[in-house]
Amino acid sequence: MEELTFTPEIKPPSTKKDPKRWLKDNLFSNWYNTLLTLLAIVLLYFLFKGVYTWVFTQAKWEVIPPNLRKLSVGKFPKDQLWRVGQVIYVLAVLMGLSAGIWKGLNQQITSAVACVGAVIALLPIQVNTSLREAAIIATTLIAVSYVLGRDLQNLKRWVIIGWVLMFPWMMFMLHGFGENSISTILWGGLLLTLILAVVGIVACFPIGILLALGRRSQLPAIRWISIAYIEVVRGMPLVTILFMGSLMLPIFMPGDFRPDKVIRAMIVLTLFSAAYMAENVRGGLQAVPRGQYEAAQAVGLAYPQTMTFIVLPQALRSVIPTIVGQFIALFKDTSLVSIIALTEVLGTADEILGDPKWTGYQPELYVFIAVIYFIFTFAMSHVSQIVEAELGVGKH
Amino acid sequence: MTENVTTENVTNDPIIVCEDVHKWFDDFHVLKGITTSFKKGEKAVICGPSGSGKSTFIRTINRLEEHQRGTIIVDGIELTNDLRNINLIRQEVGMVFQQFNLFPHLSNIKNITLGPMKVRKLSKRQAEEDALALLERMGIADQAYKYPSEVSGGQQQRVAIARALAMEPKIMLFDEPTSALDPEMISEVLDVMRELAHSGMTMLVVTHEMGFAREVADRVMFFDEGVVVEEAAPADFFDNPQHDRTKLFISQTLQH
Repeated sequence: MEELTFTPEIKPPSTKKDPKRWLKDNLFSNWYNTLLTLLAIVLLYFLFKGVYTWVFTQAKWEVIPPNLRKLSVGKFPKDQLWRVGQVIYVLAVLMGLSAGIWKGLNQQITSAVACVGAVIALLPIQVNTSLREAAIIATTLIAVSYVLGRDLQNLKRWVIIGWVLMFPWMMFMLHGFGENSISTILWGGLLLTLILAVVGIVACFPIGILLALGRRSQLPAIRWISIAYIEVVRGMPLVTILFMGSLMLPIFMPGDFRPDKVIRAMIVLTLFSAAYMAENVRGGLQAVPRGQYEAAQAVGLAYPQTMTFIVLPQALRSVIPTIVGQFIALFKDTSLVSIIALTEVLGTADEILGDPKWTGYQPELYVFIAVIYFIFTFAMSHVSQIVEAELGVGKH
Repeated sequence: MTENVTTENVTNDPIIVCEDVHKWFDDFHVLKGITTSFKKGEKAVICGPSGSGKSTFIRTINRLEEHQRGTIIVDGIELTNDLRNINLIRQEVGMVFQQFNLFPHLSNIKNITLGPMKVRKLSKRQAEEDALALLERMGIADQAYKYPSEVSGGQQQRVAIARALAMEPKIMLFDEPTSALDPEMISEVLDVMRELAHSGMTMLVVTHEMGFAREVADRVMFFDEGVVVEEAAPADFFDNPQHDRTKLFISQTLQH
């Protein structure tokens, strides 16, 4: 019998390149690529130079510190700011506990928030003491409750109840009661932007799922109502719906029933996004093969169980990018509520600019607002990437 | 040895009774009056050319397909539109699919424990214990915490069999369980099915594996164009087929 000969192990050819080689391959491989590279370098130079000189020498940033409170909370009375503080602190404790108990994604989101808190606490510019104070307390609370949460696994249920009660509690806390109550008209700035965005995002998600399921329902009545709702809402601009919700709805409502303006804006934003969310989710539902339904049925799962445990998890994870895109759009669309005289962060900026003292400060203020928007939207898309990795999208 | 080894498990009580079952896909008449019954513990292999209605037939037994005429009674419960009956029957009838249809977002063990936990209301601990025992029986206990996409086709199909068995069904339906597998993985799945047959499970198997049919089946049914052309014990079926259509089919399938 012939003896087996083993082929010697051969290492794969190295794909690493030295920098010189890399430059030549990627930037200067032929004459027109060389030309493009040089052009790009010149362009980038002027761009950076322009940005740098404006940001560090020309821009009049003195508009920001004195208006920081207004941009944060609008016309919320100064002596009532502790209410906002209370909300933030409770939120900080809940986030810290969640991060400690569940780890994973909660941990990532919470540490991102804690970083923002720490940055605000350490801002080198002159901010009023209450903001710095709040940031320090909030960041500390997150850290402490995180450490506690790691050892308090049996708090799980209470933390979930806490999150559920968070919204009514926040509304109650910010609004107050009796003589000291603060009309929601005074809510403004980033506070209002965040409240509208978070409420809209959290509420439009389940409604969107129900509409998507409704559109695929076997029951004609449910199907047609869902289709009509989705198509009508998608066929109208948000501004129009906000207008109708704010100005026309009270006309149709019986008697003195006039829901609060902010509540109305929340409802409109939620219902508007839900229509788009429904179509995103429906796209995901269509990607789930029939065999999955059959397998679920064959193990005896009923329709709600099949949807909850088999179909929706697969449908949703396949459309995470579109869903998060929708959330980001909603976040930015909150700026449209200025059309019904609510002053969220962008509206507040316009108000500040209306003050003769601050005319001519548009670029600085708008750039500042843009950076705020960017921080939040970038955080959202970053979180969505973490979620995708966590759920193993594309892997299994 | 091709002697039938499982006949001793077969009782005389019918567990599935089909009476004149008809099914149409739009205008296409798929099942044209199937009347038959299966006894508790019986292993029936169903074969026939593609489009003959064999898969549709076993899918009517757990109501993945609705029959439009005739009656099907499974373990004393008639299949009607009554959802409660359908869910009861689905708990008693396990099914294994050609494409496995495992839940890709769940690990193998969670694929198995989901049904017992949500439908049979077992505790998580109990369900996991049972699932690990089943995986052990399938010879893949070490794959429990992997995802379906991380194991081979043969292993996936064995997870799927374990998933069906975890509901402790009285009947198992196999819809071409080895047709999507690479040749070297077919035997590992057939081994598991053979073991299941020996344990006395009632099995309806749609397959092209004629060796398996010869060895395990109590009865081979030959479907063509929506009717049962011929049914017989495997020895008679393969060595002494009565109908020309059956003879042709056997000669074609045994050629390779």
